[in-house]
This record gives sequence, C-alpha cells and structure tokens, in this order.
Amino acid sequence: MSSPALVRHPEDGMPAPAIAEPGPAPAVITPPTTPPSFGAHALRWYRLNRAGLRAIAIGVISLLAFLLVWHLLTTFRVVFFVRFTNVPSPLAVYASFTKAIHDPKFLLHVLLSCRRIFFGFSLAAIVAVPLGLIMGRFKLIHEIIFPVAEVLRPIPAIAWVPMAIMLWPTNEQSIVYITFLGSFFPILVNTLHGMSLVDPVLVRAAQCLGARERSIFREVYFPASLPHIFTGLTVGMGVAWVSLIAAEMISGQYGIGYFTWEAYSLVQYADIALGMIAIGVLGLGSSMLIRGAGQLVMPWRTR
Amino acid sequence: MSEIVVRAPQGHIEVKNFSLSYDSIEGPVEAVTETQIHVKPGEFVSIVGPSGCGKSTLLNAVAGFLKPTTGIVTVDGEKVNGPSAERGMVFQQYSLFPWKTVRENVEFGLKMRGMPRSQRERAARTLLGLAGLEAFEKHYPEKLSGGMKQRVGIVRALATGPKVLLLDEPFGALDAQTRVIMQQILTNMWQRLKISVLFVTHDIDEAIFLSDRVYCMTARPGSIKAEIPIPLERPRQQSMMMSSEFLALRRGLMSLIREESLKAMGGEITDLGMQGLNIELHGASLADVI
Repeated sequence: MSSPALVRHPEDGMPAPAIAEPGPAPAVITPPTTPPSFGAHALRWYRLNRAGLRAIAIGVISLLAFLLVWHLLTTFRVVFFVRFTNVPSPLAVYASFTKAIHDPKFLLHVLLSCRRIFFGFSLAAIVAVPLGLIMGRFKLIHEIIFPVAEVLRPIPAIAWVPMAIMLWPTNEQSIVYITFLGSFFPILVNTLHGMSLVDPVLVRAAQCLGARERSIFREVYFPASLPHIFTGLTVGMGVAWVSLIAAEMISGQYGIGYFTWEAYSLVQYADIALGMIAIGVLGLGSSMLIRGAGQLVMPWRTR
Repeated sequence: MSEIVVRAPQGHIEVKNFSLSYDSIEGPVEAVTETQIHVKPGEFVSIVGPSGCGKSTLLNAVAGFLKPTTGIVTVDGEKVNGPSAERGMVFQQYSLFPWKTVRENVEFGLKMRGMPRSQRERAARTLLGLAGLEAFEKHYPEKLSGGMKQRVGIVRALATGPKVLLLDEPFGALDAQTRVIMQQILTNMWQRLKISVLFVTHDIDEAIFLSDRVYCMTARPGSIKAEIPIPLERPRQQSMMMSSEFLALRRGLMSLIREESLKAMGGEITDLGMQGLNIELHGASLADVI
C-alpha cells in the first residue's frame, strides 16, 4: 500500500514540470512507467531483505574489526598476560596465503584432509543412520547395542589414536577410522533421538490408511526423523574435523593438521595461522554443504 | 471416484459385551465396562460423555488400535483384529504427514494399496476438489489453517473408500465459526457417500446437530448411560439449533452429562456444594468467615 508513495518519492520533480508545460506530456508519461517499476522492485527487495542485509553489514564490520585488533596486537607486540611477540600479523598470513595457493604441496595437504573427511564422514553416516533407525524401531537391537555405544561414546577420538594405529595396517586408514569414530556417535545419538520423538498418532494414521510395517518405516519413521538426522550430521561433521586434525597432528604425513603442526616445528609462524584459518574455512564450508543438503531433502521445512 | 460415491450401503459396526482395562501397580483399571453399541449401515452415530469416560478408548478399539479385554468388535460380521483401511479415522490433532504435500497426504492410502501414480493423482485431485482444496494441493500442511488441515484429514480418510469413518473429536481444536462450517461439510460428505460414521465429541450441540443417534456414556469406568435417537429432519440448517425440538434434546443430554461430570469430578461436589460458589462474603475476609 505505502510502497507506491515511497517509489514516487525519488521522482518528485517529474510531475511538477508536466503541470507547468503540458506540451511534452508523452515524454513525461513514459518515464514513470519504466523506471519506477525497477525502482519499486529494488525498494521492495530492500525492504524485504533489510534484516538480512543488516546482518551481513554487521558481520563484515565485525570481521574487519577482528582483523584490525589482530593487526594492532601484533604490530605493537602486545604482552599482556598473553604474548603477541611471535604471533604473525594478518598481512604476514595473507602473504603466506598468496604463496601457498600457488604451492601444489599446500593444495595437496588440503585435498588429502578433505578426502579423509569425505571417507570418514560418509562411512559414519552410512553406518550410523540406518543403525539408529533400526535401533529406534526394534527394542531388542536397541537393548543389545545401546550399552556398548554408551561406553564407547565418551572416549574422545584422540584417545583412539594409538589403538587405531595398532588396528589398521596403514596410517591413512587409521586417520580415516578416527574421523569416522568422531562423527559416528553424534549421528547415531541424534538419529535415535529423532526416532524416539516420532509422533505415535502419525503412525496410527498410516496404519489406518493400510500401511504395513515396511511402509510405515519408509513413509513415517524415516522422514519424521530426518530433521534430527541432519542435526546429527551437522554436529558429526564438526567433530569429524576436530578428530581429523588431532589425528593428523599426531600421526600424519600430510593433511592440513599436519601442515599446521609442521609449521610450528619449522618456525614458520605465519603458516600456523594460515593452517588454522584453512581449517576454519573448510569446517564452515562442509557444514554449509550439509545444511544445503538438508534443505534439498526436507523441502517442507524451508520457510 | 465412482467406486467411492456409488456403493451399496455397508459398514455395520457391532460392539458387544465390551470392556477394556489397563494394568497398573494397583491392579487392573477398568476404562470401559459392559458396553454395547452398534452403528447401522449409513448411520451417523455420536458418543458423548464427560472427559475421561473412555469414549476415545471405545473408538480406538473399533479402529483396531486397542484390543478389548472382554467382548468383541465386528464390522459387517468380521472381527476387528487391528487397524485397516476399511475403517478410516480422523484425529483431533489432524495428524497429517508434515513431509507430504496436501495431495500426497490424500494419496497415501491409495499408494499403500498399490494404485499407480497417475491414477491416484487424479483421484486425489478429484477428492480435493470436492473439499474445495484443489488450489492447495502442492502446499505442505504447516501452511494451512486448522479447518483446512482437518478437511484434508477427512478427505485422506475417505480416499480409500472405507466402510466406516471414525472421528475422534475432530473439530475440538477449531474455533466456533470454522467448527460450524466443518460440521456442514462433514454432513454433506456423509450424505453423498452413505458411509457409516462413529463420531466422538464432548460438544452436545455438535452431537445433536450431526447425528441420527447419540450414545451418552457414564463417568469412568465408562458404559452406555443412555441412547438417544435424534429425530430432527434432514437436511438440517444452522437455524434449527434454536428450535424447541433441538433445545429439548439438548436439555435432556445436558442433564445426563452433568450428572456424570459431577461424578467424574469426585462425587463430593453435589448441587449443595455448588451453592458454595454463590456465598457472598460481604466484605469480610476469608479468615473471618472460617
């Protein structure tokens, strides 16, 4: 209702000359038809997305402020409980970043870490989701597996490193195994939680419509648990990175975790920060991938 | 569609010597005792009663979700052994599948029966059209109002062409205006399909307005206290709810339920006790009076 009034606003000057001299009337009629529609769209778009734009603007400012503080702390080598004497400045990190993206070795580190995440996490999802669904549906299986899972679950993935090295013939396999373990339990626990929250009335509704056990599982239990399964996948992905980096730092020869640790040993302080930032960005990217997949799989939840 | 609309009347519900009890630490608790009800083919029957009297329990037993402790439930002479598509059910909480669109919800029963996709899509569209929901076929239930959700719920239950329709306080969560419209929609569909309906409600007006017959249940453990035929002419109009006939039926049912509700609230609240609510304190504090 109010938007046309607002749209006209920028062109306030236009109608006034039209009244003054009726001669160029057609010239006056044309501009209000085309530009305002664009203006109206732009304005409406702005008004609808104001909250989002505001969040982006504040986010950018906040990131810039973080970089500025970091820059100031390192250039003035502040020592106040923590020591910034050896901490690389953002510019130094940027310099080593520009060098690293042309270095095939750095790219190999990143690629290998991504590959380990892909295999470890995918295996965890392929095993934990069906297991959670089955445990949630069949009491006996739940009763058998749950106690074992509960004992193993609190063991951090890093504590598994020595055992993993003994269990698996190659280093690569043991690192993937640790990544797998890290993401396995969050996925399992959330899938189980999702199954326990399935509304029994929906199951009854399906039964009244002639659904048998298998259909109820596929058409009710599984989609009803999906939101929690995706919560589990998101959490699992976070823990997968934590576990991977720990494993790489201890027993790797490649990988972004190894890169970061190696940089410390080689006294290349800028590379430490570069490795850390790379881990952060990769973790963020993989979480966004999962969120995107979730929106694709659960169209009824997008608003 | 044709198989759903034109069909010989069937769906004779018979509940005989029915009782149902739950196990608890103190021993078995009777929810429903010594109950007989029946619904003739094509008849609209309601069950009213005070809350907790076991009317939903009875309906769930007819649906096949609960097994009677004693007695038997049959539909057209066949014993009820579990839920089936022959007995469509509509729930108070709508219970639409949130991950399915309106049309997919309606299609569900047909899909379970193995009907090919194109055929069931057509059937679902026709049914949605009858309920005035064609424009919403691609919406997810979350986006619909309560009245629309329940229309989808009813259409979904009817899509498989069940012999009987069971409704468990289906309009309990709707506002008064929507409720009246839904009652008319339900009456309309029932008359077209000539299906037997067993309807559970605590709303006396609703029960009288919709039904051919009303069963009134006692307080827990529930049993049938009275069976009241509703001889009001059809089609029934909203204005009928002001007629003396309607009001007389209403008064009768009201007093029956009131007795049972008082019993259900613990018995010690007699009419005498209710008078306490009218005592004037005349400015004195409660402590003074006591």
